[in-house]
Amino acid sequence: MAAPTHMTIAEARKALKAKKISSAELTDAHLKAMEQTRGLNAFVTETPERAKADAKRADVVLAKGEGGPLEGIPLGIKDLFCTEGVLTTAGSHILDGFKPPYESTVSAKLWQAGAIMLGKLNMDEFAMGSSNMTSYHGAVKNPWRRKGANSDLVPGGSSGGSAAAVAARSVMGATATDTGGSIRQPAAFTGTVGIKPTYGRCSRWGIVAFASSLDQAGPIARTVEDCAIMLQAMSGHDPKDSTSADLPVPNFEAAVERGVKGLKIGIPKEYKLDGAPKEIQDLWEQGIAWLKEAGATPVDITLPHTKYALPVYYVIAPAEASSNLARYDGVRFGLRVPGKTLDEMYENTRAAGFGAEVKRRILIGTYVLSAGYYDAYYLRAQRVRSLIARDFTEAYKQVDAILTPATPSAAFAIGEKMDDPIAMYLNDVFTVTANLAGLPGISVPGGVNADGLPLGLQVIGKAFDEETVFAVGRALEKAANFTALPEGMA
Amino acid sequence: MSLDKDTVRKVATLARIKVPDSDLDHMAKELSGVLGWIEQLNEVDISGVQPMTSVAQMKLKMRADEVADGGNAEKVTQNAPEGAHGFFVVPKVVE
Repeated sequence: MAAPTHMTIAEARKALKAKKISSAELTDAHLKAMEQTRGLNAFVTETPERAKADAKRADVVLAKGEGGPLEGIPLGIKDLFCTEGVLTTAGSHILDGFKPPYESTVSAKLWQAGAIMLGKLNMDEFAMGSSNMTSYHGAVKNPWRRKGANSDLVPGGSSGGSAAAVAARSVMGATATDTGGSIRQPAAFTGTVGIKPTYGRCSRWGIVAFASSLDQAGPIARTVEDCAIMLQAMSGHDPKDSTSADLPVPNFEAAVERGVKGLKIGIPKEYKLDGAPKEIQDLWEQGIAWLKEAGATPVDITLPHTKYALPVYYVIAPAEASSNLARYDGVRFGLRVPGKTLDEMYENTRAAGFGAEVKRRILIGTYVLSAGYYDAYYLRAQRVRSLIARDFTEAYKQVDAILTPATPSAAFAIGEKMDDPIAMYLNDVFTVTANLAGLPGISVPGGVNADGLPLGLQVIGKAFDEETVFAVGRALEKAANFTALPEGMA
Repeated sequence: MSLDKDTVRKVATLARIKVPDSDLDHMAKELSGVLGWIEQLNEVDISGVQPMTSVAQMKLKMRADEVADGGNAEKVTQNAPEGAHGFFVVPKVVE
C-alpha cells in the first residue's frame, strides 16, 4: 500500500472500505504534510480540529459499511468558496474577517458526499491573476523547481493554492474555479489534473463572484479518475443558481476508461503560436501521436477568431467584475476605512481593500460600461464572443473533442511578468476560449521540459460532454505515464 | 484610445475607488496600454452578429413568487464592520 499522502482518491477510497486505513490516519497524514509544506503558503486558513472531528465521524460511518462516495477523503477548498463559520477572504484584504453564515452549494455537496475539509486555499485576489502573486496573503510557491536551480516558481493562478497543495500531497484533491484558465493553467504548472466543466454543470451559489458569465467551479486532483470522482459529487442543478443546468449528471467515473477508439480529435491551427517555446509545440505533437496510437483520428480544424479571445475576455470579465465587486462597500462585510461622508468611506475602503490588479480591472470594467463607450467596447466584445462560440459549433460538426497545449510556457519565477499586465494575461491564451464558449476543458500533465518542469495538454469538449473529455484525458494520462514528482517529494 | 488623467479620475470616482493624484499618470498609462490592446477587436467584422447574452443554450426557469427564506437579520448583519439592533450602521447621510 502506498503512503497515505501518495494515494490517489480512488486508491484511498478502496483502502478505507477495506479497512486497511482509517480516515483518521489518512487525515492526520495530510495534516502533517500541510504543516511540513507551510513554506509554500498554499493555505490561508487551516482547519485541523474540524478535520479530525469529521474524520472520526467518517470512520464511524465507514465501520458500518456505509458512507458517501468521498467518505473520509481529506480535501482543500479554494478560499473563493463560502464555508459556513470559516474565514473566507477570496484572497482579498477587503474581506478581512468575513465568516459566511452559509455554505456554498459545491462545498456542501462535498461534505454531503463525506469529504473532510483540511483548510482554505490561497488564491489570486478575487481569482484575478495567473501567478497567485496578487493574493493579499502573499504569493504561493510552486513545489516544483527548475532542475539544479533555487529560484521559487509560481504555481499559476488563480487556483494556485489548490494546485500547489495537490502537487505537494498535503490534500488529496481541491476545489478550484476557472474564469479564464484558473483551474487548467495552475494544474499544468504543477503536474496535476484540473477540469473546468461546462458552464452550468456546477452551481455558482456561494462562490464569491468574479465574472458571472464565465466563472465555473471544478476540481484539481492528481489523476483524471480522481477529478471524475470529485466532479461527480460537485455537479448538479441548484435552484439557488438559475444558470446551473437542470440536466442529469452522467456517470463521469464510468466514462474515464471508455477509450478514444474512433474519436475524431480536432487540432486547431490557430493554437500554433509564433514565438511559443519549441517544447510546447513538441508536447502537442506528442499528444497527437499518443491519441493516434490509442485509436483516435486527428483532424485539422480552424477556430478563426481565437486571437480575439483574450481581448474579448479583458472587456467582458472586467465589466462583470466591476459590477460584482460593487458590493464591497465597507457596510455589509469585511474591511471599513472611515471617511467624513458615505462616499468618502466607500472610496477609502475600496482604495485600501483592493489590490492593484483588482483596481485595474474594476477601472477597465467601469470604463467599458460607461456612457459613450458601452457600444464600442462591451457590445462589440459580446458580438465577437458569439463568433468565438460559433467557431467551436462549426468545429464540432467534424470532431468529438479538441486537443491543444494547456499553457504557452512552463511555470515562471515569482516576480516575473509583473511589470506588464498584458504579458501576464497571455498565460490564458489557450484556456480562455473554453470559458467564452462555456465548454468543458481538462489539463493533463504530458511530461516535463528540459528544466524538469511539468507541461500540460488540454482537451476541450462539447457542451455537457465532460465524459469524452475525461476519456481523452485518460488516454493522454495513460500514454504520458507522468510519474515525476517535485524535488524532495519522492 | 489613450486615457488622460482626468478620465481616470472620473472613472475612479464612478467606481468609488480613491486614487491619489500621484498615481493617476501611471494608471492612465497602464489602462491605455490594455485598452489599446483591446482595440484589435475593431478589425473583426461583426455585421449581423448578435451579442452573446447567455453562454448556455437554456431557458431560465420560472418559480412560484413566494417567500422561501428570510427573518435572518442577525445572520445578515453579523459580518458588518458596524451594526446595531439588526441594522447596518453608515456615516450620516441626511443632514
